[in-house]
Amino acid sequence: MSDAVWVLGTSMTRFGRYPELDAVDLASRACMDALADGGVTIHDMDVMGAGTLFQSQTGMGQRVQKQIGQTGIPVYNVTNACATGATAIRTVYLSIKAGEAQMGLAFGVEQMGKMGLLRGGAKAEEKVFEAAGRYGAVTGVDGILGTETMPGVFAQAGMEYACDYDGVGFEQFARVAYKNHQHSTLNPLAQYRKEFSMEEIMGSPVQSYPNTLLMCCPTGDGAAAVVLISEERLRSMPAEVQKRAVKISASVLTSDPWVESGQVQPDVNTLTRNAAAQAYETAGIGPEDLDLVELHDCFATAELIHYDNLGLCEPGGAGEFIDSGGPFRDGRTPVNVSGGLISKGHPIGATGVANVYEVTTHLRGEAGDRQIEGAKVGLTHVIGLGSACGIHILEKAA
Amino acid sequence: MTQEATEAVEIPTQLPIVDYLRIGDDPHLAANECAGCQARYFDRRNACARCGKEEFRSVRVADDATLRSFSVVYRAAPGIPVPYVSAIVLTDDGTSVRANVVGLGDPMKAELGMRLRFTTFTCGTDDNGTDCVAFGYAAA
Repeated sequence: MSDAVWVLGTSMTRFGRYPELDAVDLASRACMDALADGGVTIHDMDVMGAGTLFQSQTGMGQRVQKQIGQTGIPVYNVTNACATGATAIRTVYLSIKAGEAQMGLAFGVEQMGKMGLLRGGAKAEEKVFEAAGRYGAVTGVDGILGTETMPGVFAQAGMEYACDYDGVGFEQFARVAYKNHQHSTLNPLAQYRKEFSMEEIMGSPVQSYPNTLLMCCPTGDGAAAVVLISEERLRSMPAEVQKRAVKISASVLTSDPWVESGQVQPDVNTLTRNAAAQAYETAGIGPEDLDLVELHDCFATAELIHYDNLGLCEPGGAGEFIDSGGPFRDGRTPVNVSGGLISKGHPIGATGVANVYEVTTHLRGEAGDRQIEGAKVGLTHVIGLGSACGIHILEKAA
Repeated sequence: MTQEATEAVEIPTQLPIVDYLRIGDDPHLAANECAGCQARYFDRRNACARCGKEEFRSVRVADDATLRSFSVVYRAAPGIPVPYVSAIVLTDDGTSVRANVVGLGDPMKAELGMRLRFTTFTCGTDDNGTDCVAFGYAAA
């Protein structure tokens, strides 16, 4: 018998703003729905993985248990920047792989509200300059020695690709956002569901060129959950439950290896390439076999470079790939048919679980208006700056 | 008056914004270079992140550079003047540096691959009258 791990149940809240709820409410809702989706209860779970970034020191897993069932199982509260959700899934996946658990629940949650621009501290007027920190800085350096803001850092990641390869510029980056906004109109769980023209996207306020406002993901609230199960336990489940289960063909987590420029500009490329290579080898497939991909488009400039990092296009060919319609939902390899982070939203801890929800839903043939017909294999990808990359390859039950 | 009190009133006229900026007659950047593989770091490391060797020496970073990547930042935290050109430059001796491109007038004049040269400027003064010296890169 295979020792594969399967997705038994999954759910997500619509991403958006929930000022009347808290993160525990959102996570509990996603967890209860994922358990019901799998036809199981918290009493069937052997382990829990709980992911949140901004509430990582609050015992989120245990707080959710107090809402949905305190059964005494081990809880792993994890945080790993924007790869937090994927990391929560992997703690459960590894527990099952290790033979310690037969079934487990992983969730990710975030409540960000209108947090606005992340990173880049406000300028403080020092009364007396005094060296502090690892670089002996006497004042805040954001805006003086380059940018620390996320739209700027990811703009630079995209512009570095534009420096190395022809056919990549403002228009190609904008087309990524055009696609994802368009895709989100079909997703009832997306935070925003409005289509924008290329002119509107390119003409919206510039945050960090080439990223305009409509090329940046919003902050927001939301939660997502998955129930994972061992192959052995799955085979004891009713036939109709087995039929909806989705196989995890690869689960990979990498960190950023040394590169020369890594100390001044986070490298989101090498660890993605390494994770993709491992995932494709483990799953025994190549990028040409993928029917859909949910990748980490925190900014339009980020999505474009990951076409190349994940092998979805020829080396250096990300500009041509988007220009030719390759990642659109009717293209060669549909990317972010959910609307992606740019329009579906990016409540950080939930993101890496929500993209597994999305791909699973397509592989089950249950994605409604946004269904990619006949989808059999899909890939999810997240990047957390610092850096961490999580990739999962999912396959429809045979 | 004690010796300590005498020393305490000596106030520097200038301080570098970060400790890897060397100011004075010959302003430049200094890096800690691995004695094994020549990887460079602007902060202290216990061991080289690339090869693991534990010996480092201080080296001068070249002043001439090429613009590898940039972003024109229009939205920043309160108090930070915008727009500005945030850049990743590659110096002629192969060291990546994050800094602003300065002196362009119109920030959209920044171009990938343009040649640049290291420069310094004063970016603030504290209550003691000490100037903070920062660095950037100007079109060569």
